This record gives sequence, structure tokens and C-alpha cells, in this order.
Amino acid sequence: MARIESEVGIRTNTFMKWVDDRFPFTETLKYHITEYYASKNFNWWYIFGVLSMVVLVIQLLTGIFLTMNYKPAAADAFASVEYIMRDVEWGWLIRYMHSTGASFFFIVVYLHMFRAMLYGSYKKPRELIWLIGMLIFFVLMAEGFAGYLLPWGQMSYWGAQVIISLFGAIPFVGEALVEWIRGDYAISDVTLNRFFAFHVILLPLILVALVFLHIVALHHVGSNNPDGIEIKENKGPDGVPLDGIAFHPYHTTKDLVGIVVFLMIFSGVVFFAPDMGGYFLEHANFEPANTMATPEHIAPVWYYTPYYAILRAVPDKFWGFVLFGMSVVLPVFLPWLDRSRVKSIRYRGWIHKMALSVFVISFLMLGWLGLQPAEGLYVTLARIFSVLYFAFFLLMPYYTTIDKTKPVPERVVFHG
Amino acid sequence: MTDDVDQIDRKRRHFLTVATLVTGGAGMAAAAVPFLSSLKPSARAQALGAPVEVAVGSLEPGEMVRVMWRGRLVFVLRRDEEMLSRLSSVTEFLDDPDSQNPEQQPEFAVNEYRSINPEFLVIEGSCTHLGCAPLAEFQVGPADDWHGGFFCPCHGSRFDLSGRVYKSVPAPTNMRVPPYRFIREDVIIIGVETGAA
Repeated sequence: MARIESEVGIRTNTFMKWVDDRFPFTETLKYHITEYYASKNFNWWYIFGVLSMVVLVIQLLTGIFLTMNYKPAAADAFASVEYIMRDVEWGWLIRYMHSTGASFFFIVVYLHMFRAMLYGSYKKPRELIWLIGMLIFFVLMAEGFAGYLLPWGQMSYWGAQVIISLFGAIPFVGEALVEWIRGDYAISDVTLNRFFAFHVILLPLILVALVFLHIVALHHVGSNNPDGIEIKENKGPDGVPLDGIAFHPYHTTKDLVGIVVFLMIFSGVVFFAPDMGGYFLEHANFEPANTMATPEHIAPVWYYTPYYAILRAVPDKFWGFVLFGMSVVLPVFLPWLDRSRVKSIRYRGWIHKMALSVFVISFLMLGWLGLQPAEGLYVTLARIFSVLYFAFFLLMPYYTTIDKTKPVPERVVFHG
Repeated sequence: MTDDVDQIDRKRRHFLTVATLVTGGAGMAAAAVPFLSSLKPSARAQALGAPVEVAVGSLEPGEMVRVMWRGRLVFVLRRDEEMLSRLSSVTEFLDDPDSQNPEQQPEFAVNEYRSINPEFLVIEGSCTHLGCAPLAEFQVGPADDWHGGFFCPCHGSRFDLSGRVYKSVPAPTNMRVPPYRFIREDVIIIGVETGAA
């Protein structure tokens, strides 16, 4: 027995050597997985990066299977989705996984981004990770928007009408640009056809490429941690950071627990509340697109509503568009707006903690207000929270400078 | 080896680099044209933009029909005497009561009625804010300044019975009047202007 095993071992080694001479397989595996050292004091906030990858895989997989029965034509699209739901074996499951996956994508990505804000993960030397991440977020927004048109329901049609019309607010070229995006004088079969191309080829391709770059940049610099200190500054004699443990098997095992819990929640929604009371799948979208009548109450899906509320809070078409654009783009500048000496919220003063709380409340409130009709008190509230949202970013260089920070420890600290 | 390095003609190399970049860049830009142009409305989409005829004679006073022209919604409203009389009473609440913005209507519609024949309003059923279809709310009130017109459910823009925009609403301009003309007393054709006939 022993002899056979060793022979197999030798043969495997010979094969791996043959591969490694031609492709850096073992080297890559070590660099990114078995010898990638991440801080040992990660908390559960650090699960959302991995979960975004899980959702990405779910979306790619279910998406491929949906394209096999979906028809990207105005005359057939709505019926083909109903066909998937009723006649295709397990079609309902695949579609509900995809539609639920869209909402969960934004849930985990928003939490992933908030983690970066809590622990200052965007700060030097991780600015590029943050920038690539923001690009991923923009592509994801475009991907969600393009995908939402495909079922060709009432909300698909009129939502796209409103969002594409936004570009008409750009002076001089606006109208021509809108016509170019639609490829017609109104949203039509042509628009649907090209949005399908964007949704299934162009944007996913860019998304996957950006995720790759995001991880390459992360593994080059090393992960941040809840203390916001650089573990690479304290290395043992073997060159391994004293506070770091290998991604595999340590972090992967822990992540697996998180993935299982996540999939339990995800399945719960898929099986018991796929439309989530109209938040994940809007009720108006169960009606085929009617180009003659706008639904009484029109709102985007929940993950766009904070920005949408800002758009509606401005009683002017052009400035509404400008402030809407700014609200989406402003987080890009966080690495340079934040002048604090420390990264993690653990060692920051009360001013930053208060500002971050105001930001979270404003973001959530705007998200809720974006779902309400644009009238009366709702508009007033949307204006107040829009101002607070912008103040968080624009005043940041000031309040992070004057805020009192606590001394940062040399080595990572455990809490509980 | 050092001799070779000294012999490199850096000016020549720089020239070649720039020349290659410029030529390649121009080629790429030229190659991009067909791809970007393919996204514009196709010949078929343009052909579908052909004019449409609407028989307006059968409309009752106060009745409105919706028709599609170029994939866009067009409202044709037959206003009665009473509705026409309300137009002058709302002028003070309007942003552009005299239709001064030349983009929003053909020359012939620059009047209080924004139409050729005051009785018939022909107007694109698309809010000038973000393109939702406004609702027909022809009754007077309940708001003091509301004397009937079009209300956009998306973001609350308001227009009067001539599609003229109210002040302080998200929509920046009056609703657009498409080019149209009467081919008979009771039939209009949308998409062709009076002058061009």
C-alpha cells in the first residue's frame, strides 16, 4: 500500500511540476489562497465580500438558464417570462433565484461598502481597491437597470422611460443622447433588444473583469481589519504577519458558515416571499407594458430609491439630474475626503461617529422616501435628508480633521 | 553594448511612437463610427415614424383620444366652449403662458390655445420632466389654481388644458405640440406640418 501511495504521490508531483513549468498554478494558489494572510480578528462584517461573490455566481448561473427560454422582443418578452414561470420545469425557481438574487446582490454590496466605511478600508493604501469597487457598484446599478426592462412589465417600461429621460436633462446633447440610447423615438422593441445585450453580455463581462481586478488589488495590498492597522508591519521570523492567518483553510472554513446562513435566508425569500411584498418584484410589473398609460404610483426597485428620492427632492429637471448624479458618484472621493489619521471607527472620536450615524439614517430614510409618493411632507423630508446626505461627504474634510482620535494599538485587538 | 544604446535615435523613436499612436487612434475612432451609429434609430424605426391620421369629427366635446405616433403617445382633446374659457383664468400660475419656448411647438401653435383650431388640442402625452404619461384631470379644483388640465402622477408636474406648465413643478417646459395639419375639416394628420403641405 505504502509503495503505491508514494508512487501516486510521485506521479502527482511530476504532473504538477510539468504544469508549474508551463503555468504558475501552485504559485497562484499559494499567493491568493493558502498563503494569503488576512487578519485573525475579522468579524462578521467581513463576510459580505465573499457573499457578493456567491451572489455573482448565482446570478451568472441562473441568468444563463433564463436566457434559454426568454425572448428579448417587445411582443414576446412578457409572455416568455410567464412561460418560464408556468411551463418550464423548475423555471419558477430559476427565475425567483435570479430576481431575489438581484435584491440580495445590493444588500450584500451595500453592507460590504458600509464595512469599508466603518473601518476606513478605503484609506491609503487601499484607494484603488475602493475605486475599482465603486466601478463595480456602478456597473451593478446599470446591470440591474438593464435587467429590470427585460420582463417588459408596466414598471419595466415606465421605469426605463423615466431613467433614460434623465439624460435628456443634459444641455444641448440631451435629446439626441436619449434617442441614441433608446435607438428609437420611444422605448421599443429596439431598446429591449439592446438592453438584453447589455444585460447578458456587455455588463457581466465588465463586472467579472472588475471583480478580478478588485481581488488582485486587495491581495497585493492585503486586507484591512476592524482595528484599521497594517498587519504587514509586524511580521514573524518566517515573514508571515503575526496577526495574519492563511485565507485557506482558516478564513474559508469560517466563510463557509456564513455562506450557509446566507443561503438559508436567501432560500427563505425565494420559497416563501419571492416578491417580498412588492419590494423585490413590484406589483405593477405583473401587468404587461402599456405604452398608453403610466402606473398611478411609479417607483424604482428599493435599491435605487435613496438616489431617486434625491432626484425628486429637487424641483428642477437639470439640477435634479445633477444632484442625483452627484449622490451616486460622491462616495468615489471618500479616500480623499476623509482626512482622519486613523482608519477604524474604534479609534475615532464622537464627531465622526455622529456623522456616520447621520449618513446611515439619511440613506435609509431617503430609501424609504423614494418609495413614497412625491407630495407634501414626503418632499420636505426628502429635502432635509438630501442635505444631510451631501453634508456627510462635503463637510468630511473638515470634521475628520478636528475630530479627536484615540491611540491605535500596535497589534490587533479582540472584542468578545 | 553601451555603444548601441548611445546610437539610439531617440527623436526618431519618439516620432515613430507618436505617429503609430495617432494613426492607430484615428483608425480606432473610424472603426467605432459604424458601431456607435448602429445604435441610432434604424431605417425601419424611421419608417415607422410615418404620419398618422386621426378622425376628430367623431369626438364629443370634452372627449379625448390617445393615439400613437412614432411610438409616442399623442393626446387629441376636443375642448368645449367652457373649457376654452378657463384657459385665460390660469395664466398667472403658468411658467410660459405665451409659449415662448420655440422647441415645444410648431410656429402655428404659438397662441393661448396652442393649436390650429382652438377646439382641438393635439399634444404629446409625455411629461416634459421624465416622460411619464400625464393623467387627464379636466375638472376644476380642488386646489384653487387648478382649472383642469394634465397631472403627471410620477413627480407631480401640472399642465393646464393647453398643456402649459405650471410654475414650481419639476417639468421645465410646456408639453410638446407635434407637427400636424387638417387634411379635411374633421381629419387631422400628425407628423406633417401645415406649412409643408
